Amino acid sequence: MPTFDLASSSLRDFNSALHTIAEGDNDTAFEVVNPRGSHALAVGIDKPVTVDVRGSVGYYCAGMNDGGTVTVHGSAGPGVAENMMKGTVTIEGDASQYAGATGRGGLLVIKGNAASRCGISMKGINIVVHGSIGHMSAFMAQSGNLVVLGDAGDALGDSLYEARLFVRGSVKSLGADCIEKEMRPEHLELLADLLAKAGADAKPEEFKRYGSARTLYNFNIDNADAY
Amino acid sequence: MCGIVGLFLKDKALEPQLGALLSDMLITMTDRGPDSAGIAIYGDLEQGRAKLTVQSATPETAFAGLAAALGEAGIASTVTVKSTHAVIDIPATDMEAARAFVAARGLRIMGAGESVEIYKEVGLPKDVVARFDIRSMGGRHGIGHTRMATELAVTTLGAHPFSTGADQCLVHNGSLSNHNNLRRTLVKQGMTFETQNDSEVAAAYLTAEMAAGKDLGEALEGALDDLDGFFTFVVGTKSGFGVVRDPIACKPAVMAETDQYIAFGSEYRALVNLPGIETARVWEPEPATVYFWDHEKAAA
Repeated sequence: MPTFDLASSSLRDFNSALHTIAEGDNDTAFEVVNPRGSHALAVGIDKPVTVDVRGSVGYYCAGMNDGGTVTVHGSAGPGVAENMMKGTVTIEGDASQYAGATGRGGLLVIKGNAASRCGISMKGINIVVHGSIGHMSAFMAQSGNLVVLGDAGDALGDSLYEARLFVRGSVKSLGADCIEKEMRPEHLELLADLLAKAGADAKPEEFKRYGSARTLYNFNIDNADAY
Repeated sequence: MCGIVGLFLKDKALEPQLGALLSDMLITMTDRGPDSAGIAIYGDLEQGRAKLTVQSATPETAFAGLAAALGEAGIASTVTVKSTHAVIDIPATDMEAARAFVAARGLRIMGAGESVEIYKEVGLPKDVVARFDIRSMGGRHGIGHTRMATELAVTTLGAHPFSTGADQCLVHNGSLSNHNNLRRTLVKQGMTFETQNDSEVAAAYLTAEMAAGKDLGEALEGALDDLDGFFTFVVGTKSGFGVVRDPIACKPAVMAETDQYIAFGSEYRALVNLPGIETARVWEPEPATVYFWDHEKAAA
């Protein structure tokens, strides 16, 4: 397994090594030591490689991931797994703001807490947060699932489209057009699957589901004065 | 963007290294802002003494004979020149007279108080810390800033930290939107301003609130109501160090605590060289939440 020590080798060399992997290559598991809060670590993966990062990372780790399995054995700065297409990104510690933003697929697991704007504008990604999330999470979220074992901050799901939000703890406040919805058997099934994939020890029955009230979808003449 | 750092030492054994630790933290943040850099160091307090940090674009002439001239004006002083800055050590009772004296000589006052020394200049952090030999400085706590200018000119006076009261200073990442109105209000209350900069208004606001009897924590709580805009502030006082972020909290912030220190960085990268960081408690300060630490209260 190739190991890159970022105390002595460059971040660009490591990212290039990920990008030059070809189908059928043997060495597809990488380890990174001394990441020292580096930005843009393991971005643009487009092959089924495995990356284990021993330490904390800065901005945009594992951005645009398209099929890789990235584990950060530490915490992540802003924008982790931004715009993921497929694959799995796991953060053993906490994640800063806008984790999983705009993601179209794959699974993002945050074992600690996520800060504000988690899953903002998510478009199909699944995000499971073992801890709590900050304010304005899932703002304008379009599709995919956000699962939170802890609490959610202010304005959860503001201007939400069709993403499903599952929260076990309290929600400080719901954003515009976000409402609590009935938990049906298909949701419990979906939740059980996501919790299992994320290694989360929680029962689907303990969660509440939130979604769009769909009142912002169309222009409403009664709101004309507000514009 | 801007990069800000802060370090509050709990362990006296680390005090001789404060300047070196803060220098490394600030240099790591260089790519968050290349325009100007500054550091405030809070050193040991000496009973009855005070310090005035002044700056001049022509230090060779401006600082020549400064101690003698102060002496003729009846102010016994020790003047230590470091590049474009001079630190004037005086009896605390002579502070007002000394301020008037240096202002009349055309020197710019960077900061004043019993403990603080403030060094700031246009240029990169590595050059600014080298020019003032910050690495050799000890102290109890300190804050630093590297600026990407969004409000007004890239000048020494536009560099952070901003100091508007004795032993008080502030560094800011963000931009305020109600600073002009607030500045007018503060001017009516008797505050004076050196620049049109938004961050200076935040510093002056806190100074005015503390002058009215609030402690740093209470003043920072007030800032959440009265300041409009984006901000992550790190604020130093004679005995303490505070952090607050606006409720939206777009501007990044990471903190770390061990038995030896409390550290702040705009990014985790700023903290990676601190001793024991591997096992430190590392967290992101919550939005609209005031954090502050005080040596006196910590010792109590």
